[in-house]
Amino acid sequence: MIYDVINNLTGSPVLSAVIVAMLPLFLFILPFALVAVYLERKVSAHMQDRLGPMRVGYHGVLQTIADIIKLIQKEDIIAKENDKLLFNIAPVLVFVGSYAAFAAIPFTSVFIGAQIDLGIFLIIAVTGLVVAGILMAGWASNNKYSLLGAMRAAAQIISYEIPTIIVVLSLVMMTGSMNLYTLSEMQTGYFWNWNLFGGSYDLLQKLLLIPFMLIGFIIIYISTLAEVNRTPFDIPEAESELVSGFHTEYSGMKFAIFFLAEYANMFAVSAIIAALFLGGYQSPFGYVGNLIGAEWLVPIEQFLWFTIKGVGLVLVQMWLRWTLPRLRVDQLMTVSWKYLIPISFVNLIIIGLITIL
Amino acid sequence: MKEYFSNIYTALSTVWTGMKITFKHLFVPSVTIQYPEVRLQLPERERNRLYVNMDDCIGCDQCARACPVNCITIETVKSIPGDDLGKTSNGKKKALWVTRFDIDFAKCCYCQLCVFPCPTECIYMTDVYEFSEFDRDKLIYEFSTLTKEEEREKLERLDRHYNEREADKLGRM
Repeated sequence: MIYDVINNLTGSPVLSAVIVAMLPLFLFILPFALVAVYLERKVSAHMQDRLGPMRVGYHGVLQTIADIIKLIQKEDIIAKENDKLLFNIAPVLVFVGSYAAFAAIPFTSVFIGAQIDLGIFLIIAVTGLVVAGILMAGWASNNKYSLLGAMRAAAQIISYEIPTIIVVLSLVMMTGSMNLYTLSEMQTGYFWNWNLFGGSYDLLQKLLLIPFMLIGFIIIYISTLAEVNRTPFDIPEAESELVSGFHTEYSGMKFAIFFLAEYANMFAVSAIIAALFLGGYQSPFGYVGNLIGAEWLVPIEQFLWFTIKGVGLVLVQMWLRWTLPRLRVDQLMTVSWKYLIPISFVNLIIIGLITIL
Repeated sequence: MKEYFSNIYTALSTVWTGMKITFKHLFVPSVTIQYPEVRLQLPERERNRLYVNMDDCIGCDQCARACPVNCITIETVKSIPGDDLGKTSNGKKKALWVTRFDIDFAKCCYCQLCVFPCPTECIYMTDVYEFSEFDRDKLIYEFSTLTKEEEREKLERLDRHYNEREADKLGRM
């Protein structure tokens, strides 16, 4: 584990804990956000037969850095009628909520921020903080658009958390573990050991499980998409109706933090889906490191596989975003309460029955 | 119940159809033109900035009268007998000193109505379309080849010529 290595190196448990806590932020989230924003713009542009950013650097690769420099220079506007305390806390709270989820995400077999037995439970609990942050931002802005956006966001995130949790519950029931590290380790070997393909059950049970795991996968994908407020579920920040929803009043770095939180959230949910269904950091065909006898290569490969799976799911999110129009509020609630929740509940029962077979 | 499942099927199948379309468009060559580096071929009869060939201009003021927004200002001074102003390229004799020929491109609406009445075809559209300025006064283009001193000189000469003619008339009477 990375923590032990750093602990041996520095000799101070506090310092090493701080370093380990910061690692995902500086090694992963910030670079990921840089790449993802660029990727989003490029993917959207090419899907609409445009070119996207082309000026800053080769094919605009430095565009995000230029944007960040611009955002840093901007004035931090706090309107007179804002609730200043809440207004300032809100972006931090949103980011903390999405960043804390990374604590329990296993990047490789040697790096996991906090190896706790309630990993997935912690993630679900702590991402609930994001709702509070968004509500806070909407309320403190003292702006009708912000408040409407925040209300919609709260309604949406809370209703879509239920199908997510039910699908996670069916997974937990099937594997008997809430620890994402153990969950990933259980899906080792080849890709047919992934939970999407029935996990490590007997052949008959596997075959029976596959369709229901697929349904669960689709449900959790849709509901997490709604939880991170992305199109087709982006009514909290619907540009055509609400300017930009709960962060209408924010400018400069506070806006950037909201943006960063959104992209961190996107990866977090993709990583959770990858860890639950797609074997987490496990390679689908075994490791080159084991093959050539270089043990140290395995964690690097695992990190690579994890990133590929996570970014792949993020790319599908972008793909959906530029394909589908926005849902109406009543449609949004219909999808969650009339379709996703009953189906995921039936799915849960069926998976439970198959596993005790 | 049947409707419920058909709804699910419609939702998933339409999403899949849409995703196939967007995926196809990912590989369609983009229609964007990288403007300053890549330029489109202009159409044959495009209307852009005007140009006046002063060698051919006879100062007939027809373009200024045709202009719907009055962006052309022409001032002329008559020539005196004995002045040789030369001929235009299509053989018309010039009789006026064109002391001022200003076109205000801030007003110009690029309608091309000034081009057609010109008897010598000396005012025409060019293919220059990038001439924006920060200062509006810089959009007033002066085409006249005569300087202010020459203009004054021509005016004085004309005055003298008239005075001499008046004096002649009086002398003869």
